[in-house]
Amino acid sequence: MTAPAPAQTNKAGLVKNDYRGLPSTLCSGCGHNSIASQIIAACYEMDIIPEEIMKFSGIGCSSKSPAYFLNRSFGFNGLHGRMSSLATGALFADTHLRAIGISGDGDTASIGLGGFKHMVRRNAPIVYVVENNGVYGLTKGQFSATAEVGLNLKHQGTNQYMPVDICMESLASNATFVARSFAGDAKQVKELLKAALSHRGVAVLDIISPCVTFNNEDNALHSYTWGKDHEAPLHEISFIPALDEIELIGEFPEGTVREVAMHDGSTVILKKLEKDYDPTSRANAFQMLEDAQKNDWLVTGLIFIDEKKPVLTDIYNLVDIPLNRLTMSDLRPSPETIAKINAMMF
Amino acid sequence: MENKIINNFSITIATVNGSGSQTANVTLLRALFKMGIPVSGKNLFPSNIQGLPTWYTIRVNKDGFIARRDEQEVVVSLNPASFIRDLDSVLTGGAFFYADDIKIPITRTDISIYPMPVKALARAADVSPSLRDYIANMVYVGVLAHMLGIDFEKIEQALDFHFKGKSQAIESNLKTIRAGSDWAIQNLNKIDPYSVEPMSATSEFIMADGNTAAALGAIYGGLQFAAWYPITPASTLAESLNIFLPQLRKTADGKQTYAVLQAEDELAAIGMAIGAGWGGLRAMTSTSGPGISLMAEYTGLAYYAEVPIVIWDVQRIGPSTGLPTRTAQGDLAEVYSLSHGDKQHVILLPGSIQECFEFGWKAFDLAEHLQTPVFVLSDLDLGMNQWMTRPFEYPESPLDRGKVLWEADLEKLNGVWGRYKDSDGDGIPYRTVPGNKHSSAAWFGRGAGHDENARYTEDAGTWEHNMLRLKKKYDTARILVPKPVIERHKDADIGIIVYGSSSPAAEEARVLLQKEKGQKTNFMRVRSLPYTSEVQNFIKQQKRIYIVEANRDGQMRQILSSVMPDQAPKFRSACHSDGLPLTARWVKNTILAQEEKE
Repeated sequence: MTAPAPAQTNKAGLVKNDYRGLPSTLCSGCGHNSIASQIIAACYEMDIIPEEIMKFSGIGCSSKSPAYFLNRSFGFNGLHGRMSSLATGALFADTHLRAIGISGDGDTASIGLGGFKHMVRRNAPIVYVVENNGVYGLTKGQFSATAEVGLNLKHQGTNQYMPVDICMESLASNATFVARSFAGDAKQVKELLKAALSHRGVAVLDIISPCVTFNNEDNALHSYTWGKDHEAPLHEISFIPALDEIELIGEFPEGTVREVAMHDGSTVILKKLEKDYDPTSRANAFQMLEDAQKNDWLVTGLIFIDEKKPVLTDIYNLVDIPLNRLTMSDLRPSPETIAKINAMMF
Repeated sequence: MENKIINNFSITIATVNGSGSQTANVTLLRALFKMGIPVSGKNLFPSNIQGLPTWYTIRVNKDGFIARRDEQEVVVSLNPASFIRDLDSVLTGGAFFYADDIKIPITRTDISIYPMPVKALARAADVSPSLRDYIANMVYVGVLAHMLGIDFEKIEQALDFHFKGKSQAIESNLKTIRAGSDWAIQNLNKIDPYSVEPMSATSEFIMADGNTAAALGAIYGGLQFAAWYPITPASTLAESLNIFLPQLRKTADGKQTYAVLQAEDELAAIGMAIGAGWGGLRAMTSTSGPGISLMAEYTGLAYYAEVPIVIWDVQRIGPSTGLPTRTAQGDLAEVYSLSHGDKQHVILLPGSIQECFEFGWKAFDLAEHLQTPVFVLSDLDLGMNQWMTRPFEYPESPLDRGKVLWEADLEKLNGVWGRYKDSDGDGIPYRTVPGNKHSSAAWFGRGAGHDENARYTEDAGTWEHNMLRLKKKYDTARILVPKPVIERHKDADIGIIVYGSSSPAAEEARVLLQKEKGQKTNFMRVRSLPYTSEVQNFIKQQKRIYIVEANRDGQMRQILSSVMPDQAPKFRSACHSDGLPLTARWVKNTILAQEEKE
């Protein structure tokens, strides 16, 4: 018997176990579980302190998953479709914290679409992951708003309505970071998560995450087989933290890469595949999504990024100390002000 | 004019909504107030920007009664659409002033009739044609000033306040007021008995509206986050935050200790506030009935996940859209048990403008102490009308942040604590908030079943145990909420219970009952739910109790009947709801009619 290798410590002095959550209660093989694993990996590799993350979710299978990663982070599993507002308010408590929201296609594209778009247009600083499987799992297999036309479900018949494209909705709402991925593509999910965690503002990740129980027929758009066969990455993506820049850049030959500088000094490297795609152009992004829909492609990668738009909480010019650590002397006007206020009345 | 009637009558001014008459009306109200005469003003306006009839009623009363009256001694009519109705509304012996361009025949001979050349004098005013309709309102201010004896210097003070010292606006309005007054001096012969004379009964008062008071109270309560969605009659509460927060709560280097966010709807407004409350901020939202209905699901989450949050409901009459610009106390029953499942909420019931301020800060202390939503029920009458009120008082107690554990606290506990554990026996658990770096600080909030350590569970016993603790917490609230205001009469066995904006009518009715009918009563103004022991004792001491409220169903009576079923047979409803504030006469007559049957 050999002793197990000692767990590797990251720059935060933590081992990967420090990033884990409770055992998942989702179905075995659920795409959501692999996304949770990549969140754990991304946070561990980025040396993030778990106490400096807040987790949010709505209601549904996806929304259960924040319990399955980052046990040492504060979390709030709110109402169906209302994570956007819950997180928006909580972001003001301590602006030094980062936020990860996990939602589903029912949560985001149906009941919560309005709130979602408003959170996006305000550029709330949150990584907003949609675990998109085109179906309601927790209520046992009804169509969601992202289900494709013609999808057959056991007790529902055939879907007749056009799907909501979460990336398109995000772009239309002036999102500053839009990406799409496939839960089966673990490496890409992880790299996109890292880029999203470095983004200042709202980062929407629409991750096709097959439901192994209710929507995994080989011909269904949100199935593993379909996803594997139809995934067309825009680029190979790699995230380079600020400190590691030099050693990793060599992986990509000159002339075939595009670098995107993140606000915190890190870089996202996009390796060109067959086409030259510029994720800083909103018009390109719309065109690409339109083409993908027409051609039945599952196009994955970083679809759009804008690092310059002001972030919600910055607009308020808040004091540097977290608002939730202010005390009475900061919060209650002094006694002499009351006479002035009374004098301002008639 | 043998029997002069001084400082005891009501004036109603009938105009067209959007004509700018509000400035003129409030100028009259303020000038009377500055003359030292107790006064109240009610804006009875339509849900419309321009064109529908609107009325403003001013009551001057030397004895200090400020409830609305139905009877109108002096009526000013500038609106052809409501002219006949306005003319009919004047009490016999009263005075009717009207714009002389309205050519509707007047047949009444039991009142004094005074035409006013409003259009002609407005045309003569030195203002741009676009401002003529606006300035026309100042004509009646001038005519009334002369005919009733309103002090010009006080009118000037009122204008100076309204126009924030802008001399050009003050001057051009004043000119028209003078023109109106001069015309009246030369052309009108006073034959009605109504006039005002200076008093010194208002020097210890200020004038303000409840929404402004609520916003200021919240600011002195350390408000850190407010999210809201526009709705009449609550909008001016949040707008007042935006006016006063920058003046009172910025640091020396101009940084904010607060954030106010206009949300996309009421669902989001309360959601944001709950997120902020969970995050450890003093968070609030302000809305009215339709918004409250939308907030129901989120309220249940805050109750069950135990998130402090303050919700102001500036009530308007419902159900549904109802009459958005008319007042009522119709949300009490809904708010008391808002959301599905078992629960009751803590409710504060301000009965004056000063109390809107006081409950503005107190609500945060209660919410954080109890870790629960605290509702404050104001209404359109309190929130949007100008009232004379005692000045706002600086909070007498420091901020109560409740049971929050920070890093040092957790260190002392060796990290052993339970988010939903009743460690102190008062039903109130301890909490931590995000940003706390201690490795035992984090917990996962949820509206789903949870145990003492905030872990998900569907265990039957755990669920019930937790719900019983929440009930115990509500009992703890009972000893913390504001106590009622009670006035006893040594010979009375009949009680009156009232709350909120219906109080002035009930207080005056009590005086009238004794003066006119010798009917003595005890009086209790309830200021909160859950009921306190004082409320229960008062009720037990009465033979019969009239519960006065501005709603159809007697909602306070329903609630008190349900929590004190043994006392319920004593309760009689004096409830009425037509969108207008209650009057003392109605309260008195309702009680007398019922007493005759007893």
